[in-house]
Amino acid sequence: MNLFAEAKSLVKKNIRDYGMYIALGVIIIIFTLGTDGNFISSRNISNWINQTGYIAVLAVGMTLILIIRHIDISVGYLCGFIGAFSAILMTQAHFPAWLTILASLALGLCIGMFEGFLVAQVGVPSFVVTLAGMLVFRGLLMLVTQGTGTIIVPDDAYNAIGNGFIPEITKIGGYNFLTLLVGVLAIIGLVFSQVKNRNNQIRYHFEVLSMPMFIIKLAFISAIIGYVVYILAGFKGISWTLVIVAAVVAIYNFALNKTPFGRHVYGVGGNAQAAQLSGVNVKKITFMVFSSMGVLAALAGILFTARSKSATTTAGTAFEMDAIAAAYVGGVSADGGIGKVTGTIVGAFVMSSLTNGMNLMGVDISFQYIIKGAILVLAVVFDITTRKNKKAA
Amino acid sequence: MKKTEHLICFLKVFKRGTMDMEDYILEMNDITKEFPGVKALDTVNFKVKRGEIHCLVGENGAGKSTLMKVLSGVYPHGTYSGSIVLNGVEQHFSNIADSEKAGIAIIYQELALIPELTVYENIYFGHEIMSGKTINWNQTIINAQKVLKQVGSSANPVAKVKEYGVGTQQLIEIAKALSKNVKLLILDEPTAALTEADSENLLNLLRELKKQGVSCIMISHKLKEIISIADTITTLRDGKTICSMDAKERRISESEIIKYMVGREIDNVYPPREKHEYGDVSFEVKDWTVFDPAAGREILHNVSLNVRKGEIVGIAGLMGAGRTEFALSVFGNPQNYKIEGRLLVNGKEKNYRHPEKAIRDGLAYVTEDRKGNGLVLIKDIKENITMANLKAICSNGIINQNEEVRVANGYLKSINIKAPSVDQIVGNLSGGNQQKVSIAKSLFIGPHTLILDEPTRGIDVGAKYEIYTIMNQLVEAGMSIIMISSELLEILGMSDRVYVMSEGKITGEIKTEDATEEIIMGMATVG
Repeated sequence: MNLFAEAKSLVKKNIRDYGMYIALGVIIIIFTLGTDGNFISSRNISNWINQTGYIAVLAVGMTLILIIRHIDISVGYLCGFIGAFSAILMTQAHFPAWLTILASLALGLCIGMFEGFLVAQVGVPSFVVTLAGMLVFRGLLMLVTQGTGTIIVPDDAYNAIGNGFIPEITKIGGYNFLTLLVGVLAIIGLVFSQVKNRNNQIRYHFEVLSMPMFIIKLAFISAIIGYVVYILAGFKGISWTLVIVAAVVAIYNFALNKTPFGRHVYGVGGNAQAAQLSGVNVKKITFMVFSSMGVLAALAGILFTARSKSATTTAGTAFEMDAIAAAYVGGVSADGGIGKVTGTIVGAFVMSSLTNGMNLMGVDISFQYIIKGAILVLAVVFDITTRKNKKAA
Repeated sequence: MKKTEHLICFLKVFKRGTMDMEDYILEMNDITKEFPGVKALDTVNFKVKRGEIHCLVGENGAGKSTLMKVLSGVYPHGTYSGSIVLNGVEQHFSNIADSEKAGIAIIYQELALIPELTVYENIYFGHEIMSGKTINWNQTIINAQKVLKQVGSSANPVAKVKEYGVGTQQLIEIAKALSKNVKLLILDEPTAALTEADSENLLNLLRELKKQGVSCIMISHKLKEIISIADTITTLRDGKTICSMDAKERRISESEIIKYMVGREIDNVYPPREKHEYGDVSFEVKDWTVFDPAAGREILHNVSLNVRKGEIVGIAGLMGAGRTEFALSVFGNPQNYKIEGRLLVNGKEKNYRHPEKAIRDGLAYVTEDRKGNGLVLIKDIKENITMANLKAICSNGIINQNEEVRVANGYLKSINIKAPSVDQIVGNLSGGNQQKVSIAKSLFIGPHTLILDEPTRGIDVGAKYEIYTIMNQLVEAGMSIIMISSELLEILGMSDRVYVMSEGKITGEIKTEDATEEIIMGMATVG
């Protein structure tokens, strides 16, 4: 009974965070039923994750941009342009894959820095800067693909980023051993860090979850990780895309929650004047956030190009809108100052699950757009109403 | 003593009132306006005779602006009690448009013109001259010329408003009011931002309008100009009418007005401070002159002041005297003012380009506007407290969140922030507790000099006392405090030494034991 009360208050306190996961769970169940279980087949889950990868990476960068009350609508065509740039480096300059990737990321960084400079230092509104960027990158993409049209990428190492899986050492009863190992290690790591964290809090005499509740929570999260890994191991294992997305999320989540940089980002978004008077260099933070967006846009461009094994003249169209939608669905506040990378990732998976699931169910593309629009608005309505309730409480 | 003075003052008014039935254009009777927890106006009576210039005076927070907002319909009928009678008819204004229709126009200190529109567009903005369904621009220009001539302005009606200075813009505002056929003109500190010549020009215009039958209410802090122009002077204090004086009958002296503005019983709301020695000068500015490129004018002129260790130095003055601007200009200059002069911190010359540098050097600033630029309201207590000094809770560049909670809990206890936990969102706290969070944030920097800007504005008496106690503890421990305050009693109750600022200049420096409210108010109203 006591345990139940604790669980209730835990959910109530974190309804905004948990709401997203619950929504994703509901969507998965609906599609699983609607597709006779096809949706949660190993092949489809693996496919779904790879489909989401490049949008998820973009959305992580966009989360920071939206938190500091800016916007970046140039990232879609920047993705497309950098994808084409990397394809050209390999096909015409015969760069090896690793050098191509480094050069592409560096170009993304430079472009992000330039946009950041215009926004932070010169004071041009970000909407204008990135609208201009959108036009310029679209033009550049058309320019570099003019002669050749679609550029086929022949490099297997490069393409593996979007299509490949971590190597298979051996199979255990038809399941990918390395993938299972990674899953087990992830769960052990999670348990260790959570226990360490809890002990630390006890040492500071803080209130912590009761032991049974703590175990239930850990078991629940472990079960989800375990199940996902189990499904993936039944197909080809963990994809490189998933590894990259996980790394990006881990890095950004750490930076936002554990470093002064992250605090400053939230401070600038919450009240830029107060942040400045607290000694935060608002211009520097703005510049850094746009720079990081440039790198992530390049990374997303590489992921997308590798996945389709080619660079096309229309690559990147409307990616920025998907990224922005994912961030809002994932609980980033339209007023800035609030948002989590983990939420955004869930948002990205929610949006891509709609595409994936409705495709499987054979829903007409026109309805797909309408439904996605409705879900976006619903998510933000939920976000706003729960926030109001919290204030009243 | 004071009571008898009041009585005499009231008797005079009473006597005159009954002797000859005056022709009042406006009578505001028993106006009471309450905000949550505060009675801003308490049965205020305010009467304006037809064709007079009526000056309304009082300290900041006395209720002048609230009274004018009641009159102009900003606070609609029903949100206050009492009656407004205009030309003998009781009025129920539910918005500004209603009061304008009745012939009342109010001109605020912050002018409400649109800089990118032309003068004539501005004058007829909101009451455009129509022919049929479209605006008749030709007639508009002709009419604009007429009203401009009426206010004696040589402004070109087809020029953009932004091309003119504050003085001309003020005249354009008045022209706009006249174009609406105004009967009662209200001016809120019209000369605060004007040069001497422009002020004189404006006062002459008011005299001219009076001859044309326009009645005028003027709020001002400048006692000299009040005495030179007023027919009647009404003083408000703490939301009450103190008295109305006929300035035509006899010449009113400045000291008389000041006495009514400030005179009140002093309760013992200031905790006693241990006598202690002062240390070396920790903070000093010399010949500090500041130009604000955004406003296009000099906002501080040759300011020199210092504060010693263990000392509370008060900076008194009225709103707009340049005190907050001074604080910002020494605290890393976030507004990008152009500054001349020297800043010495612990004897070393400094030039902070960003608040970050000032903070690193041990300077802390608690802003007057805690909601606007002091706190991140959507974040919790602990994150606000540590925001200005995250390094202190970091190891290897990683925030130790447990340490953060411990630090915040420490302040919760030591300065008595009333909240269930440090996870509480700051926006949900009361004003007093928000102010304490703001102070905690500054203290966590570990400053040697603390600048407090209006430290007790808008908070209740209990929280005030606690903040004063904290200030005492800090100076007893050797910290230097500069306290900017518009409340004279607070200045007198808390400071060891007082600087008075008026129109960007230091107009006086005085030891607290030698100071009285009258002396300080006198210095603050110079110019």
